[in-house]
Amino acid sequence: MSQPRPYRREQSAGQPAYLYPDYKSTLKRSPSQPLITIPHTLSEVTGPVYGHSRIAPVDADLTRQHAGEPIGERIVVSGRVLDESGRAVPHTLVEIWQCNAAGRYIHAKDQHPAPLDPNFTGAGRLVTDANGEYRFVSIKPGAYPWRNHVNAWRPAHIHFSLFGPSFVTRLVTQMYFPGDPLIPFDPIYGSVTDPRAGARMISRFDMESTVPEWALGYKFDIVLRGRDATPMEG
Amino acid sequence: MLDTPYVQTPSQTLGPFFHDALPYAAGPNLVSEGTEGERITVEGRITDGDGLAVTDALVEIWQADAQGRYNHPEDEQDKPRDEMFGGFGRAPTGEDGSFRFQTIKPGAVPGLHDAMQAPHINICILARGVMKRMATRLYFAGEDSNRDDPVLNLVPEGRRRTLMAERAAGEPVYRMDIVLQGENETVFFDI
Repeated sequence: MSQPRPYRREQSAGQPAYLYPDYKSTLKRSPSQPLITIPHTLSEVTGPVYGHSRIAPVDADLTRQHAGEPIGERIVVSGRVLDESGRAVPHTLVEIWQCNAAGRYIHAKDQHPAPLDPNFTGAGRLVTDANGEYRFVSIKPGAYPWRNHVNAWRPAHIHFSLFGPSFVTRLVTQMYFPGDPLIPFDPIYGSVTDPRAGARMISRFDMESTVPEWALGYKFDIVLRGRDATPMEG
Repeated sequence: MLDTPYVQTPSQTLGPFFHDALPYAAGPNLVSEGTEGERITVEGRITDGDGLAVTDALVEIWQADAQGRYNHPEDEQDKPRDEMFGGFGRAPTGEDGSFRFQTIKPGAVPGLHDAMQAPHINICILARGVMKRMATRLYFAGEDSNRDDPVLNLVPEGRRRTLMAERAAGEPVYRMDIVLQGENETVFFDI
């Protein structure tokens, strides 16, 4: 049998560390022992290939999941999923979740005293097309306070979860909005200490993808781990 | 490398409020009527550096079928694939930090070159306060093949037990608790 094609190792400079004390929840949830590097066997280069049949088009339009329209500024969030060689990642599951325009999640444990919106759940999913492209319709999420430190506010963000083609390529991230004044104060964003890497989490306003007289457009390309260009003997 | 346009997007925490967004169709049950193999329950509890339950984690597992084949195009082993087994499961932890999957015991899968790996389940943990997914493996305590497993052999001997699921007496229930930090900290892998 042919050997598994390994992935490039994580480029740690562009990633957060597990322990980032400014984000208090990392203090007791980060490993104290170094991770053990293991080779990429079949267990690592394979991963869940999602059955597409269960996804309906309405799953990608968060403004049409209820009888009425949600309150808020309509947005189109679109982009491409690529690997580190710049190749499209086609037919991969993308899941998103976000709070409503007032900054409240539908989750029962979100106690922020902002109104819930009966017409907004805040969850979406789709599968990228053959070119790795995706497009969600939603409303712009609000900022909300949290209890990390005194007067802490999360900048507006949308959570993204992606699988890619393998167990290695799994990625959960957050998309931010350009020009958000809360970004420099946010320790979750700030956990990515390289400013160039952090900037990759900020979407860009895109006139092209706006829908005239209906919705604003934001572009967010996502890069997943790619293959190792020079496989090593091991 | 960061100046090239194609560097992995930074990872961010899952946050505490993913539950309405990430219900996976099969969820914690990987088995259907026609699935081959020994039915098992895999369970455990996740705790943090203070020993407190992690009540808002998402646990994902990925495993081979009973014959040791993954349901994935890059598994080109010359043996039949169980079409009734996907191999992926997802479960949020409960109020006591516990998770539970209904699955089958995986067969052995090859490692690199000619080495075989002992039967194992790949685990991914995501949670509030976890900036990047934490990857670990569950092995089955008492398997002879554990001794020669090339991944277990990379783990210091004293820490290997953190990856061993113990079988409950008389029941097909395997338990592996996961400790994110501190004493008896689970071994996590850089994959």
